[in-house]
Amino acid sequence: MDATYAFLASFVPEIAGWPAWALMLVSAGLPALACFMFMSLGPLVYVYAERKISAFMQDRIGPNRVGPIGLLQTLADTIKLLFKEAIFPKKVDRKLFVIAPILVNVGAFMPFLVIPWGGRLQPADLNVGVFYVVAIASLSTVGLIMAGWASNNKYSLFGGMRSAAQIVSYEIPAMMILLVPVMIVGSLSLQDITMAQHGGLQNWFLFRYFPIMPVAFVVFFVAGLAEVNRAPFDIPEAESELVGGFHTEYSGFFFAMFFMAEYTEMFVLSATATVLFLGGYLAPIPALQTLGFIGLPHVSLGWLWLWFKAWFLVFVMMWLRWTLPRSRVDQLMHIAWKVLLPIALVLVVVVGGLVLWPATANGFFWDRWVGWPLTLGLVGFLLYVMVRALQWSRRRAQELAAPARQAVTP
Amino acid sequence: MATPETIVNDWDPDALDTDEMILQMGPQHPATHGALRVELRTDGEIVKAARPHIGYLHRCFEKHCENVDYPGVMPYADRMDYCASMGNTLGFALAVEKLHAIQVSPYVDTVRVIMAELQRIASHILGVGTYSMDIGAFTPFLHLVRDREKILDLFEWTCGARLLYNYNWVGGVSHDVPEGFVKATGALLREFDSVTFPELLDLIIHNRIFVRRLSHVGVCSPELAISHDLTGPNLRGSGIARDLRKDEPYCGYQNYDFEVCLGKGQYGPVGSCFDRNWVRVVEMRESSKILHQALDRLEKMEKADVHEKVPKRVKPPKGEVYFRSEAPRGQLGYYVVSDGNVNPYRVKVKSPCFTAMSVFHHLAKGMMIADIIALIGSFDIVLGEIDR
Amino acid sequence: MRRWFQDVWEGFFTVLVGMRITWRHLFTYPVTLQYPTVKWPLPPRSRMRLFMKFEDCIGCGQCVRACPVDCISLKAEKRPADAPPIWAANGQAIKLHVAVFDIDMSLCCYCNLCTYPCPTNCIYMTPEYEFATSDLTQHLYRFAKKDAQFILEDPKKKAAGQAPAEATAPPATPPAKPAGA
Repeated sequence: MDATYAFLASFVPEIAGWPAWALMLVSAGLPALACFMFMSLGPLVYVYAERKISAFMQDRIGPNRVGPIGLLQTLADTIKLLFKEAIFPKKVDRKLFVIAPILVNVGAFMPFLVIPWGGRLQPADLNVGVFYVVAIASLSTVGLIMAGWASNNKYSLFGGMRSAAQIVSYEIPAMMILLVPVMIVGSLSLQDITMAQHGGLQNWFLFRYFPIMPVAFVVFFVAGLAEVNRAPFDIPEAESELVGGFHTEYSGFFFAMFFMAEYTEMFVLSATATVLFLGGYLAPIPALQTLGFIGLPHVSLGWLWLWFKAWFLVFVMMWLRWTLPRSRVDQLMHIAWKVLLPIALVLVVVVGGLVLWPATANGFFWDRWVGWPLTLGLVGFLLYVMVRALQWSRRRAQELAAPARQAVTP
Repeated sequence: MATPETIVNDWDPDALDTDEMILQMGPQHPATHGALRVELRTDGEIVKAARPHIGYLHRCFEKHCENVDYPGVMPYADRMDYCASMGNTLGFALAVEKLHAIQVSPYVDTVRVIMAELQRIASHILGVGTYSMDIGAFTPFLHLVRDREKILDLFEWTCGARLLYNYNWVGGVSHDVPEGFVKATGALLREFDSVTFPELLDLIIHNRIFVRRLSHVGVCSPELAISHDLTGPNLRGSGIARDLRKDEPYCGYQNYDFEVCLGKGQYGPVGSCFDRNWVRVVEMRESSKILHQALDRLEKMEKADVHEKVPKRVKPPKGEVYFRSEAPRGQLGYYVVSDGNVNPYRVKVKSPCFTAMSVFHHLAKGMMIADIIALIGSFDIVLGEIDR
Repeated sequence: MRRWFQDVWEGFFTVLVGMRITWRHLFTYPVTLQYPTVKWPLPPRSRMRLFMKFEDCIGCGQCVRACPVDCISLKAEKRPADAPPIWAANGQAIKLHVAVFDIDMSLCCYCNLCTYPCPTNCIYMTPEYEFATSDLTQHLYRFAKKDAQFILEDPKKKAAGQAPAEATAPPATPPAKPAGA
């Protein structure tokens, strides 16, 4: 907010004379609006990416007719949903029915206000950033329960209840793990947490106190998956069990809003995880932080790095969704309370102790040499599997021409 | 036997426990494998009673049989279990051949075995694939169906149809295998054995979430299985080694070397949903084994006329016969009564899935709703066969 | 306690194994056939739309009897006595005038049973599968033609008559008509 004010003041000096409420509106509202507009285009891309990625994983092609390689598919879907009749079943509670998707979206979009995209590129640098993210994200739970109740449908009610139980249970390990980077840095502000990881990939929190922090990251990621109702924890929207769960009765744009909220929440989770563990907007190699290596040192690439890392985590979420089956509700609870929570508790205590002890206040001595080998190893492994898959696939396409099968264009 | 606590509809309104909810998993549901209605009486998430209602797909198959001649019954028999039609027509053909005292040549036997085993693989692909889709994993289904399409391509190449073949005739088969069939099937099996099957095991079958979902659910003890006439993979999942291909061999099955797959209870008690599914998975590998042997035999045999023993007019002598064969879903039995005419007097089908539904409400008590889905899928039912 | 660790490790590990398979499949070629821009030619034995060559039909009704769903309707009457003799392509004489030969493809179950009993092989299944219409009555195919070009010369005799002529002299002179024609 101050940064926006300073920026605007450098253009329009008279701004200092404006009344306080107008100043507030402009210097806080503009970045928020910009952020919201930018982020709301996100689902368009995520939905397309999910469909394409799932298709390729299943040896299909995915959308490829609307626009070149199907890029305009989501746009077409959105327009279609806009034109669909928003059906209100007979006995629904109309007010709650309408408010529920709005509330879910509020809970999804608000956390973006504190995610830092650059040094001062942050709509609001709250000094309780982490706390704020967790608190606001819980609003969407209320929206889900509202949706389940207002639909006047047993199946939706089940879906709403299950989702409430699930989200609430998984918030606890998630929040505990959130405390770990906070303890290392000593501040709840997301900007401070990001700055504490400067210096390159080896300083990212993912590789601190190795192997403790990777475990913390995994726990946080799994807990986060359950919070955003993604597989393997997508009981609330389990298609084959409860038809649609809490959003069975929604049609038209309300349905689109639930979808939008889900994908945005995914991105919020990924962005938070990136800021806390993967160095936020910092580049793996400090030289790549700005475009200085081609002579434009004022152009910061931080936002691109954050985007790229968050995107990778979103991709991992999609990857998991299309690999894993669904957990049953009580098994989900078992994982939350009997697996993740004990691990989270132990981690908090252990890391807390390590932080207090001066010898390991900033990590173990081997942390610096773990980051690069691990990352390069993982990337290399993935590339190897990819190359082998391409080779095998090319060979198979040649070998296995089915009897008398040659595709002919008419 | 319907005991008081399993009858859902006959309640006294005053004594109705108002905490219980009656939920219809209606005829239209993504996971009920057809038009099946399951009426659940639940207390929150726990199911107190479950009653399946069938009959939504009844098409009067047995009545139709009385109005068409024996070859004309074949298209109808195909359409009973539409996911595994080769098995249906094979059963009927063998039953009428027994009545008519026709003995087909070993060449026809080998061709029939090849088609039946390919159909078994295709049917189990569908069963296992849709089951994992019900449990939530969409990808294994698509990977498996890719291979099923190749099998259906082979069938189309041989007899012209992809799903409802009218292939096994009384006295023979409708078409001989085309040139290059053995090579193409060999290629398909090679890829299935080396890639698809191991991937299936890694991706879903041994996946911890899948295992935890299924390994303690729907445990059917051997006594319960036998008393409710479960057959086929459902029975073998409870650890009982009964396979008609070994016990009462037909079509030359005694000449092939394969194992009877049993549920071993490697992750939980024997007879769980996981075990029934496991039996189907392993049976695919055994079918592949049989196919390799059968293809070798076919290559070494001289070509024979597949229409050699097909009678001009199928008019069996007066009498009745009951013949059962091992369809992919269990023991498929045909009871054919002939009064000497060209039309059968009565055809009665004993459908394996129909008898499997009878054990449903015993296993469903005390489960959660998500487990009902797992239970339905583990029996691998096809409503066309249940309702005929 | 040990079981707990084992459980957690197994859960984690099997997930990773599955992820590797899906990662691999991300890069294998799709197996989709993009119909209708790309079509596969169907194998020759494909059982799709029925076709019947009216000029070869002798009106025996075997196909009608064989059909399990009664989708073929046939009305044949005796040909008038003064009509010229006609033959089917395989040499069988056509004694009946087929007034109506309708196949209702909406009833047909594509079982192929009608093709086997036909003595002249005039009814057969073709690999033509793109005949969807928006009006169900268009699925009733009427094969009886009013202006059918029947074969007016006995094909068997024609074949027999031609063979000796080819064996001997070039066909400058017309072949001698065999006795009893």
